[in-house]
Amino acid sequence: MTTLNSRVPEGPIKDKWTLYKDKINLVNPANKRNIDIIVIGTGLAGGSAAATLAELGYNVKAFAYQDSPRRAHSIAAQGGINASKNYMGDGDSNYRLFYDTVKGGDYRSREANVYRLAEVSGNIIDQCVAQGVPFARDYGGLLDNRSFGGVLVSRTFYAKGQTGQQLLLGAYAAMNRQIARGKIEMFNRHEMLDIVKIDGKARGIIARDLISGKIERHAAHAVVIATGGYGNVYFLSTNAMGSNATAAWKIHKKGAYFANPCFTQIHPTCIPRSGDYQSKLTLMSESLRNDGRIWVPAKIEDAKAIQQGKLKPTEIAEEDRDYYLERRYPAFGNLVPRDVASRAAKERCDAGFGVNATGEAVYLDFATAIHRYGREQAKIHGISNPSEEKIIELGEGIIEAKYGNLFQMYEKIIDENPYKTPMMIYPATHYTMGGVWVDYNLMTTVPGLYCIGEANFSDHGANRLGASALMQGLADGYFVLPYTIGDYLADEIRTGKISTDSPEFEEVEKEVKDRLEFFINNKGTHSVDYFHKKLGLVMWNKVGMARNEKHLKEAIQEIQEIRDDFWKNVKVPGSLNEFNQELEKAGRVADFLELGELFAKDALEREESCGGHFREEHVTEDGEAKRDDKNYAYVAAWEYTGKPSEAILHKEQLEFKDIELKTRSYK
Amino acid sequence: MDLTLKIWRQKGPQEKGQMVEYKVTDISEHMSFLEMMDVLNESLVAKNEEPIAFDHDCREGICGMCSLYINGEAHGPDRGITTCQLHMRMFKNGDTIYIEPWRAKAFPVIKDLVVDRMAFERIQQAGGFISVNTSGNTQDANAIPISKHNADLSMDAAACIGCGACVASCKNSSAMLFVSAKVSQFALLPQGKIEAADRVRNMVAQMDLEGFGNCTNTGACEVECPKSISLENIARMNREYLKASII
Amino acid sequence: MLYLGSLNLKNMSGILSSSIARKVAMALSALFLIIFLLIHLSVNLTSLFSEDAFNEASHFMGTNSLIQYVMQPILIFGVVFHFVMGFILELKNREARNVKYFKNNGAANATWMSRNMIYSGLAILAFLVLHFIDFWIPEINHKYIEVLPENPTRYFVELQHKFSEPWRVGAYVIAFVLLALHLLHGFQSAFQSIGFNNRYTKCVKTLGKIYAIVIPLGFITVALYNYFSQLNH
Repeated sequence: MTTLNSRVPEGPIKDKWTLYKDKINLVNPANKRNIDIIVIGTGLAGGSAAATLAELGYNVKAFAYQDSPRRAHSIAAQGGINASKNYMGDGDSNYRLFYDTVKGGDYRSREANVYRLAEVSGNIIDQCVAQGVPFARDYGGLLDNRSFGGVLVSRTFYAKGQTGQQLLLGAYAAMNRQIARGKIEMFNRHEMLDIVKIDGKARGIIARDLISGKIERHAAHAVVIATGGYGNVYFLSTNAMGSNATAAWKIHKKGAYFANPCFTQIHPTCIPRSGDYQSKLTLMSESLRNDGRIWVPAKIEDAKAIQQGKLKPTEIAEEDRDYYLERRYPAFGNLVPRDVASRAAKERCDAGFGVNATGEAVYLDFATAIHRYGREQAKIHGISNPSEEKIIELGEGIIEAKYGNLFQMYEKIIDENPYKTPMMIYPATHYTMGGVWVDYNLMTTVPGLYCIGEANFSDHGANRLGASALMQGLADGYFVLPYTIGDYLADEIRTGKISTDSPEFEEVEKEVKDRLEFFINNKGTHSVDYFHKKLGLVMWNKVGMARNEKHLKEAIQEIQEIRDDFWKNVKVPGSLNEFNQELEKAGRVADFLELGELFAKDALEREESCGGHFREEHVTEDGEAKRDDKNYAYVAAWEYTGKPSEAILHKEQLEFKDIELKTRSYK
Repeated sequence: MDLTLKIWRQKGPQEKGQMVEYKVTDISEHMSFLEMMDVLNESLVAKNEEPIAFDHDCREGICGMCSLYINGEAHGPDRGITTCQLHMRMFKNGDTIYIEPWRAKAFPVIKDLVVDRMAFERIQQAGGFISVNTSGNTQDANAIPISKHNADLSMDAAACIGCGACVASCKNSSAMLFVSAKVSQFALLPQGKIEAADRVRNMVAQMDLEGFGNCTNTGACEVECPKSISLENIARMNREYLKASII
Repeated sequence: MLYLGSLNLKNMSGILSSSIARKVAMALSALFLIIFLLIHLSVNLTSLFSEDAFNEASHFMGTNSLIQYVMQPILIFGVVFHFVMGFILELKNREARNVKYFKNNGAANATWMSRNMIYSGLAILAFLVLHFIDFWIPEINHKYIEVLPENPTRYFVELQHKFSEPWRVGAYVIAFVLLALHLLHGFQSAFQSIGFNNRYTKCVKTLGKIYAIVIPLGFITVALYNYFSQLNH
């Protein structure tokens, strides 16, 4: 068994990365030409890594299940990307970004990694501007910044409400340049189905061409997994329909430890579910909480009337409304961090105060902001004694300028005008802080196997702050992995071309084929989605925003039952050697059914409340999360031994030398 | 509501396809169009039939994967949206809905409603980038101020999601809106100006090579574009191309 | 899937092999024809006011050597080029969609005019054939084949003679309605093709609409006036 060595370099935190880079092993350019690297996933992390590795001279093979790297789900990120540029001159610094990220993560991330992230954050912006990313600018032509929840400075760079899209297109363009040069071989509509290890090292993958159904072997000197998070274990999430954990889970089963699976972020501002047919949930940018006030009816009878459609929100008097975030957290109000806002919404809805037919929604109301802006505008335009209509008209203009696209999106989905009636929102699974365990080099516990971006566990601890996912993905791909991978590959220069004609490839390919054939031949009774929805329901109800021992134990039991049922009764129509979307889903759901159990097991083991992980047994007197730094300031890294229930826990103790551990308080 | 669907079924790239009729019942007006397709597919799986293959992923209108030609329009009857954002309230009980894949020689059908858009990839590879190394050793991001006007126009062009609705809607299957969006994004930024001439020449050459038709300025692409990419971009590309060819 | 398409970038042969170059050429020939129509109409309109003025203008156009030996061939080339290129593009465009839609709602996103330029164009071509038979062939015959003596007052009589039959007047009217439809899209489309799309585009579009209606209307007026003025005599 490998020991859990995080390989964090010595030295003061501010110099660790620089000193480390100075001493790291490098591969000379002539040798790079002889080294192959496989990159799975082409989002911000995978795309930027593939482009940079190819540019350095390695031969890169990149894989995406979509028909283009540009379609990876990084594209859906709306709000922005953090960087400690301090362009606003409001006192930002690398240390402050580092501090905010560690604190926001509820002190469950690795200090050295987070500092490095803050350190390279500025480079990302330089890089992206040079690539032609059209960030928002002010009238002087310089880059504009905005502020995001949970911090005291403005450090978020953005491109309208499509920052993720623009950054991904930047990385995609960099990839295209390398594809055109022949340095990246791009495999679109290909899915990695397993990893191949030779002598303990990652040496290749087995992939399926999703168009022809052909099973392919690909060999390389190193494999990089950048396949994003596992939020779809809940079935309903803000992830894309195809987002899956298969690559991450398959490498876990082949020896990579899986860390902190229970750290999952439930985003507070999503459009609520409307019926059983719901296929996914849509996120509304967190920036809406800058101007929207969140409330539910104060009286239970009003809530019931609203649920039955007998009462409209605008008919409820001001004094009968419960602005519960402002009531509970006067200091931060509607701008408390995501985990806090989500739990508070759940608490109200569980108590029966939810506001749509399902009882699972709260209001996000812009009426106050519209009035405030309207009066401001009236003053600016010199209108004395403006009429109520005029104020509303002016105010709506400002709201439209700020959030027009989001309001339009809401109206398209819900068919209600959010300028006139409050929006309905509810929390939904959004991001997974947990993931494959990696060391400072971003290498997993399998030599030569790397994991970057959301797929790894590293930088966000138990909760991620807004606008830092994009930062981490690009930091890993552009600036960290390309250096650290050289340290490993320096020893591979004499390996030579790796053949796929080996018993190891043979064996794994057979496993993959057997499994696919099983699905096609099983001729069961229920579709793949039937099982996925069942799993999602258990995860949401028992391993969701608030967890307790009883529910978690039940969940483990129930997930096992669903899994057994799945392997007996799943039905996959069609055949192997064709474009078969049901077959693709079957493999992914099979992995979620195992991951879900480990998730619940991890949540059960972590007897504290921190960040996105909230255990009802561990609360303060006023119902807030209660962290246990004495016993749980560690990363829980799980080793697979045959069944999720028998996974072995390895602890990486977290040391905080540069930050004092404090209770997060937003009151 | 109850609906009659006429859907293009085609087993594979080489096979012949045809329109097949399906009935769906109890469709909620709050469903998205693709959720309606999910309901149909679940019912097909239950009957041991092969579900209908269609591309989709993010289901929030940004990945550009979904691509259905619904009742004679790309992404259906609503405006400024992708198919995944189309809701069933746009239809009424008893309607017959025709669902077809994007049609263009450059977008061959893979299966049912799924088409191959690799032509777009190759056009991007021909020059849809700025040749800067990803080392991070570039100058400071604020070293070159860019007028807000141009930065905003560049962003509007960059909003393209590469879905291909422009090609599907164009009576000539022209890819000009797509290519011009990328050319414009870079042409409007000082960083992109350096290679502007080569970029537009190479991208247009690749576009022509792929077998897309010629633009006749009908404006259908702009109307059906889920991101409302403007025809101004095509005019800008024409200018850029002329500049690059003459000078 | 692997990228199988070859990136054939360096192979930039002749300027008219590129789609944009063809489109620009189409637009330039269109703009040239638009200017020609304006001049043609100005000459025709004089027939409404004064027989002498019309004869004078026609005589000038018919005998000035710059117009006859430089402008006329350019014009003929322009007309032929516009038609031939139009056909080539139409065929290429049809080829670009080898399988048609089962149901296509073209009216949802583009005007009838813009979608049917080939048909309005074909109608105009048919009219041009008639027009050549009516005026240009007799004119060429008069001047270069039979080489008849030049009579500077013959033009008005010839004009009146042509517009004495109702079927021909009707055909002219229909042809000019189709020209109007062609121009309604074509005028602004030509500007877009040469890359002119900016803050003045709104003006160009309005101007295009005025032009597309006024010019054909002018030609129609000339035809109708000369028909009805003969009836009164």
